[in-house]
Amino acid sequence: MMNKKQFPREEYFAPGHRGCAGCGASIVARMALKAIGRDTIVVNSTGCLEVFTTPYPETAWKVPWIHTAFECAGAVAGGIERAIKALKKRGKYKGRKLVVMPISGDGGTADIGFQSLSGALERGHDMVYIMYDNEAYMNTGVQRSSSTPLFASATTAPAGKISKGENNPKKDMAMIAAAHGIPYVATACISYPEDFMRKVKKASDIEGPAFIQVLQPCTVGWGYSTENTIKIGRLAVETGLFPLYEIENGDFKITYKPAKRKPLKEYIKMQKRYRHLTDEDIEILQKNIDEKCKLLGLE
Amino acid sequence: MEKTDIVTGTIAAAMAAKLSNVEVIAAYPITPQTHCVETLAKYVANGELDAEFVKVESEHSAMATCIGASATGVRTFTATASQGLALMHEMLYIASGMRLPIVMLNTNRALSAPINIWCDQQDSITERDTGWIQIYAEDNQETLDSVIQAFKIAEDEDVLLPVMVNIDGFILTHTVEPVVIPDEEKVREYLGVYEPKHAYLDPDKPITQGPVGVPECYMETRKDLNDAIEGSKEVIKRVNEEYYKLFNRKYGNGLVEGYNLENADTVLVSMGSVCGTIKYVINKLKEKGKNIGLLRIRTYRPFPKEDVVEMLKDANNVAVLDKNISLGFNMGALGIDVSSVLKNKKVCNYIVGLGGRDITPQNIEEIINHVEGAKDGETKWINLRE
Repeated sequence: MMNKKQFPREEYFAPGHRGCAGCGASIVARMALKAIGRDTIVVNSTGCLEVFTTPYPETAWKVPWIHTAFECAGAVAGGIERAIKALKKRGKYKGRKLVVMPISGDGGTADIGFQSLSGALERGHDMVYIMYDNEAYMNTGVQRSSSTPLFASATTAPAGKISKGENNPKKDMAMIAAAHGIPYVATACISYPEDFMRKVKKASDIEGPAFIQVLQPCTVGWGYSTENTIKIGRLAVETGLFPLYEIENGDFKITYKPAKRKPLKEYIKMQKRYRHLTDEDIEILQKNIDEKCKLLGLE
Repeated sequence: MEKTDIVTGTIAAAMAAKLSNVEVIAAYPITPQTHCVETLAKYVANGELDAEFVKVESEHSAMATCIGASATGVRTFTATASQGLALMHEMLYIASGMRLPIVMLNTNRALSAPINIWCDQQDSITERDTGWIQIYAEDNQETLDSVIQAFKIAEDEDVLLPVMVNIDGFILTHTVEPVVIPDEEKVREYLGVYEPKHAYLDPDKPITQGPVGVPECYMETRKDLNDAIEGSKEVIKRVNEEYYKLFNRKYGNGLVEGYNLENADTVLVSMGSVCGTIKYVINKLKEKGKNIGLLRIRTYRPFPKEDVVEMLKDANNVAVLDKNISLGFNMGALGIDVSSVLKNKKVCNYIVGLGGRDITPQNIEEIINHVEGAKDGETKWINLRE
């Protein structure tokens, strides 16, 4: 178990990058690398994180890092993992475990990169796949993805006179990853760093594919003031909207149980993407959460 | 030990990849490539080749996996055709842009629609501008030799570019020919172990690969890439000579092969297996006292401009045969290229063999007769049904 006092002091993700003030994605990258350490190879899909960390000739990455295209982090990571195996046959990296860490947004994971991810999970590549979930295509200006939640307004699913914004529920990527029968799946949120980093560390120690979906509020896309990133993430968990759990070799375990779930309204009211919602709309969303929480034992 | 075997082009390519000691193979099955990857899978399954074989779920992932593996510093190989190559399109630019020496066999096959599994060269021609070196083999022996040479060329520190070896679907992929298989030790000694001198993904020397190319630097990366592929001409020629000294086989100067060009007023220009048919017709006509030449383009990119100009300097009738069509231009890609480098010379273009349409010796004679009486710039579709 990792606690605050045991957070590694080493930094592998440098400051001074071009992320927005209050950016959640940069927190994901920094924490994940702290948890795994220097022997990590990062595979970044096209997206916010890739763009704001590597405008040539600058880089925020102190570990080897590669970006190729949007939809192929799983396949690229698989190639790296097999190449490391091949290099080990030559006697390189003797006695060391190199961790391959693909990191993609929700679009790069749940939409365009879905096939590549599924193939990589099914083939059993040893990797820690991190989905940084900000619930829309933030890099290109807040278009909806399949990870955008019901009733959130996005630029391609805008709230309007006859629309309440996104009209489909959020795709459940963690459960889809779990359906591949891989050894480790978890959800996490940047507002719970001990929980997130413990999960990343555990995932990196396990042989085979691990998938972690980490929720990270986005100040631009969700519409809130920059100091509230952590607060909103915490509300997503405290309301039961985004439960924190892990599935290790098929065993499901809630890793954080709110003492008493907060009303969803507190979370909704802080974000501009939901400002068009009426109390009745919020009630529908609250009911959905209640049902899901019941299923997961989060009364 | 060197030995002779009777094999198809796809199996010759698989044998070459094995001789070259590839370390990571990523492939997805597609007709007419499948025998190549099946053979490699068998080598791995029997312990004859100590490679990682990644059974990817698409060609896009095949190329993405090769990119990841090559960027980590190991020798990588894949094979595809047609729709599979088209699906890889995006990743082809990334492989060359990141200067990764991946070698790929492409078994030339028509593109849909309508779906057609038979031979033409539209698939690889469509990838002309991706920054890949493209070699077109005439027969199965050249297929094997070209795959081995491809690794030597790709991994040269002055080149560092991916290489696509193209062979005509079914005509070479499914036809057996005697092929000399070089000694394994000798090939491995020639190629050596791939150990990049430049940076690659290594936690002991962390680098950022594939960053954002801002407008202040993007254009220079394109210029570097163009210089590298232009510069590879010399390396391709050198490798052709080295290979000849070691294995006793060479293919023209590596870029082009001239056949019966001396005193030939009429010269045919083409790529791939059809050149075998053309040589047959040239020999037959020679017996009748008619002198026809052939210029076979072996390396299509980089395009051997200088050789084309020099070797066709005495020809008056140039007939370019294309197994592809630039829709909306009514010419094939090779026809356009040859026309653009030959000034003040009659060049006619013949569209042949699309989607597996036969190209017979009679068709070749028809082309010869036509070009001799034609005006400059004519395009004719051959063996087209009324």
